[in-house]
Amino acid sequence: MAETIHVGHAEEHGHHDHHEMSFLEKYVFPLDHKMIAMQYMFTGMFMALIGGFFAYAFRMQLAFPGMDVPFWGVVTPADYNALVTSHGSVMIFWVAMPVLIAAFGNYLIPLMIGADDMVFPKINRLSYQIFLISAIIIIASFFVEGGAFGGAWTAYPPLSTKAQYSLTPIGSTMWITAVALEFVAFLLGGINFITTAMNSRAPGMKMWDIPMVVWMIVIASILFMLSVGPLLAGGIMMIFDQQLGTAFFDPDRGGDPILWQHLFWFFGHPEVYVVLLPAVGIVAEVMTVFSRKKLFAYKTVLYTAIGTGVLSFTVWAHHQFIAGIDPRMANVFTVTTLLISVPIAEMMFVYIATLYGGKITLTTPMLWALAFVFEFLIGGITGIFLGASGNDIYMHDTYFVLAHFHYTFYPIAIIGTYAGFTFWFPKMFGKMMNDGLGKLHFWLTIIPFNLIFLPLFVLGASGQHRRIYDYTNFPELAQPWQQDLRQLATISLVVMLGAQVIFFYNVIKSWMSGPPAGKNPWNSGTLEWTATSPPPHGNWPEGLPTCYRGPYEYSHPDHDKDYWPQNEPA
Amino acid sequence: MSARPIATTRSAAGMPTARLAVWWIIASEIVIFGGLLGSYIMHRLAHGVWADYAAATNPWIGGFNTFVLLTSSLMAVLGHQAAERGDGPRAAKMLYLTCGGGLLFICVKAYEWTTEISHGMTITANTFWSFYYTAAGIHALHVIAGCIIMLFVAQTAKKNLELHRVEIIGIYWHFVDVVWIFLFPLLYIAK
Amino acid sequence: MSAHEAHGDEFYVKTWAILLVLLLISVLGPLLGHPVLTLITAFGIAVVKAYLVAVRFMHINLTPRFVTYAVATTLVFMLLFFAGTAPDVMKNHGTNWVKPAWIQAEAAYAAEVASGAAGHHGAGGHGEAPHGGEAAPAHH
Ligand code: HEM
Ligand SMILES: [Cu+2]
Repeated sequence: MAETIHVGHAEEHGHHDHHEMSFLEKYVFPLDHKMIAMQYMFTGMFMALIGGFFAYAFRMQLAFPGMDVPFWGVVTPADYNALVTSHGSVMIFWVAMPVLIAAFGNYLIPLMIGADDMVFPKINRLSYQIFLISAIIIIASFFVEGGAFGGAWTAYPPLSTKAQYSLTPIGSTMWITAVALEFVAFLLGGINFITTAMNSRAPGMKMWDIPMVVWMIVIASILFMLSVGPLLAGGIMMIFDQQLGTAFFDPDRGGDPILWQHLFWFFGHPEVYVVLLPAVGIVAEVMTVFSRKKLFAYKTVLYTAIGTGVLSFTVWAHHQFIAGIDPRMANVFTVTTLLISVPIAEMMFVYIATLYGGKITLTTPMLWALAFVFEFLIGGITGIFLGASGNDIYMHDTYFVLAHFHYTFYPIAIIGTYAGFTFWFPKMFGKMMNDGLGKLHFWLTIIPFNLIFLPLFVLGASGQHRRIYDYTNFPELAQPWQQDLRQLATISLVVMLGAQVIFFYNVIKSWMSGPPAGKNPWNSGTLEWTATSPPPHGNWPEGLPTCYRGPYEYSHPDHDKDYWPQNEPA
Repeated sequence: MSARPIATTRSAAGMPTARLAVWWIIASEIVIFGGLLGSYIMHRLAHGVWADYAAATNPWIGGFNTFVLLTSSLMAVLGHQAAERGDGPRAAKMLYLTCGGGLLFICVKAYEWTTEISHGMTITANTFWSFYYTAAGIHALHVIAGCIIMLFVAQTAKKNLELHRVEIIGIYWHFVDVVWIFLFPLLYIAK
Repeated sequence: MSAHEAHGDEFYVKTWAILLVLLLISVLGPLLGHPVLTLITAFGIAVVKAYLVAVRFMHINLTPRFVTYAVATTLVFMLLFFAGTAPDVMKNHGTNWVKPAWIQAEAAYAAEVASGAAGHHGAGGHGEAPHGGEAAPAHH
């Protein structure tokens, strides 16, 4: 086999020509996986600020109808729809995906499996560039004639396909184009992640020696890849419906609007596990380090994740219970939906078992990790209410659903990201973060978060529908106590957004003048902590590591230190 | 870039990186075409009248194009064999022939579509024709993309460089062929 | 790739010849106009052709087993998508909804077939139903 010879040959030589890179090569068009990760990370965080600002604008309208919102102005009904739609789309496609999959995947996969880079650095760079273009398109859609698309992040036809309904002839097409480009970007990125993790592990790293977060990102990438195809095809069909006048989704001319819903949710439901799994992996890394214990039931977690992934392809129509789908199918989808909460619950038990009897240190990352379990449980449990189709007929499209998925997505995209970011910050920037400021930021984020969404459960149960511009037109929804809860939620949101200033201050301050972190500040066993902080281009210029054991050998009885790095010969 | 990362040269999964990657690309393409053709089949089965619409397609042209793609696939695999033996120039020649097949395919398509459109069978005529143009159009884009990449691969292969790429682009090309193998009966001969 | 060095170029040419014969059958079979025969010759043979290309040209059987599993998984998921979606899309009425245009078009077609006038009118001109736009709204 010609390839085998090639392999041995290359390993000896290493690959880094040490020519000085220009600014453009290093920061704007980098090939290094860590720099691309940072591009994704900061683009994602920037988009999170934009998405947060959108939420601020439309929440102000709900709490104080008709007010002149500072920094936005009066929110018109068209503004409201565009803001809500863009908020949802941005947070899922331009925040959760780039940060959890692309940023952490890019940063962690090569470092944790002991490789010098991704297998296809150029495709990696291309992936970010396509992603950036898609982000620019979605923001630009606010400035075209008619404004940004306002037909919700699910883009159901006919609202999304017919300009006479949406009133956004250009915005709707920009929306679907941006989403489709984003999919292409993550398909390219995902192929890189999967191939790298499968093929480029350090010598000696067996299947069960791979850190959990790498597994999770890879499984998530596979799920994404297998679920997004039909929607990509659907996206093209939608663009044709909008711009060429085809009728794929128009029943009056031979099409079918429900088809779009199926195409969307066949992707949409697996997508929630695409973002969930990386967060689960990040939390696993943080928890083992700060409780000085092996991850409880490593293989079970892994099999569970795969099982959840497969199951997640069988539940999608629980989003369509009242769309008039075949009632027999509703039965099937109820059963599968209730089934899928079992593996999710099991993962939460695994965390608790990992904590049990450990030497727990409550650092900032650990607080975030614990909060993830706590808050996500609420989200998962309310999902079970909604999965029962009989109940969902009443709950669908109320704020109960909205609170449910924010109790899942927020722990994933925000809490999980903060857990990972504060945990790997020393590696990324070579400095320690300020723990006091970190904890202040933690509490000022977590408490308002609950104060935003707990009231929304109550409002939803009282019948408050989603996507309504102004509740004062509905007497039964405009009672004083309801308006009070709305204001509580909005004020909490403003507090929470304000608290993020602490985070950015902490990042910049620690980056500039924090204490040096050293290679391994948390006494962790995985490979990335054996490189210098931050790792140079090529990660281990002195030679790539070899792996001798599993990633979580904490408090091992046969070892004098309480951790046993993966690269240390026995 | 002067040299590729060490990561690229490892093969813990038991196969070279590029081949592994191309199979994942194919997996993601299967679901793209799968979603589209699945949607088409549902409509097709639900509407008896589509059999009439489909009857207006020309199976002889479609069949000829199948022949063209199958033959170009043969060229691609012969190119791969040449590359295995280290014969870069022959591999490049085979790739050029494959590209020629792709070009012929596109030309025939262009002729076919022009005729159909001029007879009023446009993409908006009805949903059958919408699916027809969308599915064949996405497939044609894959043919064009494959040809372009193949030209680059042939350029280096001619100099006996990066010969492993010949196999990779070949696998992709065969996949494009397989898609057409299913498009052909779906669009042309199921009446 | 030691494994398939066993084959010379003739092996591939022979495979190509088999594929062409199959192609011929799949074009001629449906001309006989028998529905079952059409299904078998058109789609059965497409599967055989795809199998031949995958095995003999793409060498899927010489790559590690998981590749075959991955490809098979994608196909299974597509079947799943079809199974979950087709029950809704293929119907022209359901819980609290109807597609008047679909019903009209199919009724017109059935009448045409019954009167033996089903000719080849490929373009169909006006889409599913000539009067689709004005079709009576669904009454709930
Ligand atoms: C524990 C298992 C879960 C169950 C049983 C479950 C169940 C459901 C059900 C039945 C709905 C539809 C409600 C309706 O529209 O009437 C729903 C909505 C939703 N769920 Fe979950 N869910 C679960 C976990 C998750 C997770 C992990 C996420 C996110 C990562 C998530 C995100 C969402 C989103 C975004 C929606 C609403 C989409 C929309 O209509 O805009 N769910 N969930
Ligand atoms: Cu769901």
